[in-house]
Amino acid sequence: MTLHPILAALRRHKAGVVLIALQIALTLAIVCNAIFIIGQRVQRIQRPTGMDENNLFMVTQLWVGAPTGDDRASIDKLDAMLRTDVATLRNLPDVESASTVNSLPLINSSWVNGVGLKPKQEHSTASAAFYFGDEQMLHTMGLQLVAGRAFTSADTQNRGFRDKDDPSIIIVTKALADKLFPKGDAVGKSVYLSDNTSPATIVGVVARLQVPSVQSWAKEFVWYSVLEPVRLDATFSRYLVRAKPGRLDAAMKSARAALFAANPMRVIDDSAEQNGIRTFADLRANAYKADRGMAILMSVICVILLAVTGAGIVGLTSFWVGQRHKQIGVRRALGARKIDILRYFQTENLLIAGGGAIGGIILAVGLNLWLIQRYEMDRMPVLYVLAGVAVVLALGQAAVFAPARRAANVPPVVATRTV
Amino acid sequence: MFAYYFNLALRSLGRNPALTTLMVIAIGFGVAASMITYSVFRAVSGNPIPDKSSRLFTPQIDSWGPRQNLQGEPPEALDYVDAMALMRAHAAKRQTLLYPVSLPALPDGNGSLPIRATGYAVYGDFFPMFEVPFRYGNGWDAGQDNARAEVVVLSEEFNRKQFGGANSVGREIEIGGHEYRIVGVAQHWNPLPRFFSLFGESGFGESADFYIPFTRALDLQVYTNGNNSCRGKVNDTSGWDNYLHSNCVWINPWVELDNAADVAHYRSFLEGYAADQQRSGRFAWAPNVRLRNVTQWLEYQKVVPPESRISLLVSMGFLAICLVNTIGLLLAKFLRRAGEIGVRRALGASRREIYMQFLMEAAVVGLAGGVLGLLLTATGVSGVGLLFKPQIARLAHVDFTLVALTLALAVLATVLAAFYPTWRAAQVQPAWHLKTN
Repeated sequence: MTLHPILAALRRHKAGVVLIALQIALTLAIVCNAIFIIGQRVQRIQRPTGMDENNLFMVTQLWVGAPTGDDRASIDKLDAMLRTDVATLRNLPDVESASTVNSLPLINSSWVNGVGLKPKQEHSTASAAFYFGDEQMLHTMGLQLVAGRAFTSADTQNRGFRDKDDPSIIIVTKALADKLFPKGDAVGKSVYLSDNTSPATIVGVVARLQVPSVQSWAKEFVWYSVLEPVRLDATFSRYLVRAKPGRLDAAMKSARAALFAANPMRVIDDSAEQNGIRTFADLRANAYKADRGMAILMSVICVILLAVTGAGIVGLTSFWVGQRHKQIGVRRALGARKIDILRYFQTENLLIAGGGAIGGIILAVGLNLWLIQRYEMDRMPVLYVLAGVAVVLALGQAAVFAPARRAANVPPVVATRTV
Repeated sequence: MFAYYFNLALRSLGRNPALTTLMVIAIGFGVAASMITYSVFRAVSGNPIPDKSSRLFTPQIDSWGPRQNLQGEPPEALDYVDAMALMRAHAAKRQTLLYPVSLPALPDGNGSLPIRATGYAVYGDFFPMFEVPFRYGNGWDAGQDNARAEVVVLSEEFNRKQFGGANSVGREIEIGGHEYRIVGVAQHWNPLPRFFSLFGESGFGESADFYIPFTRALDLQVYTNGNNSCRGKVNDTSGWDNYLHSNCVWINPWVELDNAADVAHYRSFLEGYAADQQRSGRFAWAPNVRLRNVTQWLEYQKVVPPESRISLLVSMGFLAICLVNTIGLLLAKFLRRAGEIGVRRALGASRREIYMQFLMEAAVVGLAGGVLGLLLTATGVSGVGLLFKPQIARLAHVDFTLVALTLALAVLATVLAAFYPTWRAAQVQPAWHLKTN
């Protein structure tokens, strides 16, 4: 079959052709970018924090009437209260381990500082998020130690929330260790934290631990975390608790009661929106709510969009079939087989959709570039565009099939009738 | 004539129910998607204080230096030293410093459990500057600022929770372990986005529970509940005094400037201040200051969540595709009736009448699409919680404007889309069609 008659016919329906092609081009541009956004969001949501997230929950609480000063006596008093709380939590029958923490991955409450190889470096080698907790922090988080050792109770210090004396030993993530010491021999090496003049020694390396912030400002150092064996004493405190397998709910219930029994002078929020005791799964869902919502919205829009475009093609092609009813009859009478008529309409659609797809590729890339510029989006791999082209071409063929079959079923006898 | 064309439109649409349904659904979905995302966008990008947004300014001073600042931009809050210097200079009509605090509160000792309360440490000017409405009592004055008075203004919501909504002015409340005398109860007041405190806050929180004097909060060494960012030459920050004199920024400053001359004057004051700091050796760099008003500040702080902009954009694209689709379908529908048009034209109908008839038909489709879109929008807005954080989702709602806008958008867009098909229909040559049929 030659393309000539198809092209000649198309020239007589310029408006319809342009409309279908335009619709396909726009659909392609939006669908490619939407699928790319969905893919990125899903990837973000699914990345593991490095912790063993099952059976974990976090307690956030505020002391009432606790000392607020920075003097030693106040800090010692706060530390005693902190230790009592941790001991209370550890003694619960449903609790496996518990630790003080200043923050956790995904909760967006960050302590960020520079890490350098020399004292008073002008530009630190890397920015990193700092986690402070006692000797059970690693175990409670469920981190995987890949080199060196964990903290012991002898390592653990305490200090006021505003004090700056860092301990002499730290544990870092593998990503940070590799950045600081590319040869992979970080354990035993010294680094300088923030503006300290005295070094801290890396005693251990953990496989992975995400920083608290999921926002874009932290994307340069998502895997750069430093752990310090320090209980931070402040007027508020956070505890990370690992429940025994399957005992999460029971542990959370008993934790609240036990903490209030130990010391009632505290606030643990219990509203639905801002609960002081939350599972890590809940914290994770909350952190990625916007990403999840975005992925859902984009998926819904993609599906509706493809449906609308498909329906539009069905509508216009049906109109053309109706319009050419007589011509089809003539072709059939002159010996064209049903399959020829079917092929005619399918080829015609392929031509239009192909033209639209070429425009769509340009639009899709343009939209992506614009999004990169305006919204710090990443560059879309060509694969997405190609997949999008395949999808719209397939959609066109599927949509044209029903009207084309109706055309193929036009009997040759139509040619003999007037109107 | 109007009724006649309306009637004709209904008949014509009834003749091809499948095609009509398709158009209505496409418009309904397109309009609904745009409206749902618009309702969120409208909520987050609104002007929180329309009548004063061009007269309230937040000064920024670069205390970090070119090596540490935000790629040339000064830090987004002030350190204590600069903040106090601005207050002392008093170069604006009204001025306040503020920072968010979170403290346990106990209503006068009835033995109930303490609750966590959030509020702001502010100067007395805060209330007139930001036009805080009062239900009972008032704010406090500069005298009480200077006296570091233990006074507090409660929000209406917090007053209801703690005092059952009664006039609590003159009573005492314990906040953070200290007694405060209540001098005022504000009426419901929660401008969103909360432009005045964006350093470490999303801008879309519930209204604050209380306001206490900044000077008093400093005396009690209450730390900020917002961001605290330390860069530049970081000195020892242990202990309150060291902290205050460090390079850590955490204070939001606001000034009210009535006209361009005042703004220019204040800007040169800021430049002068920074130049003084350079001369005295505290800054080793040229003055780098900013003075942004509310609108510019919201823009600079990118308060509108990117999800909102992107989804609005995608929905617009979606609507555009739905309209292209409608153009195609209307074209098919109208041209199929070339014969009918030919007859009408031959019987004396002018092109104008053809326009009227077919645009009317499009308007009916648009109206039906609008009604469907309205239903979908109502459903969608209640499901916005899936997509956005609750404090943002809460802001999206269906109101009269949204309903009117949905219907108007649907009808207008469809009629606009119908112009080309109608033009084609009006071009039909009556003679030609009468001959062939």
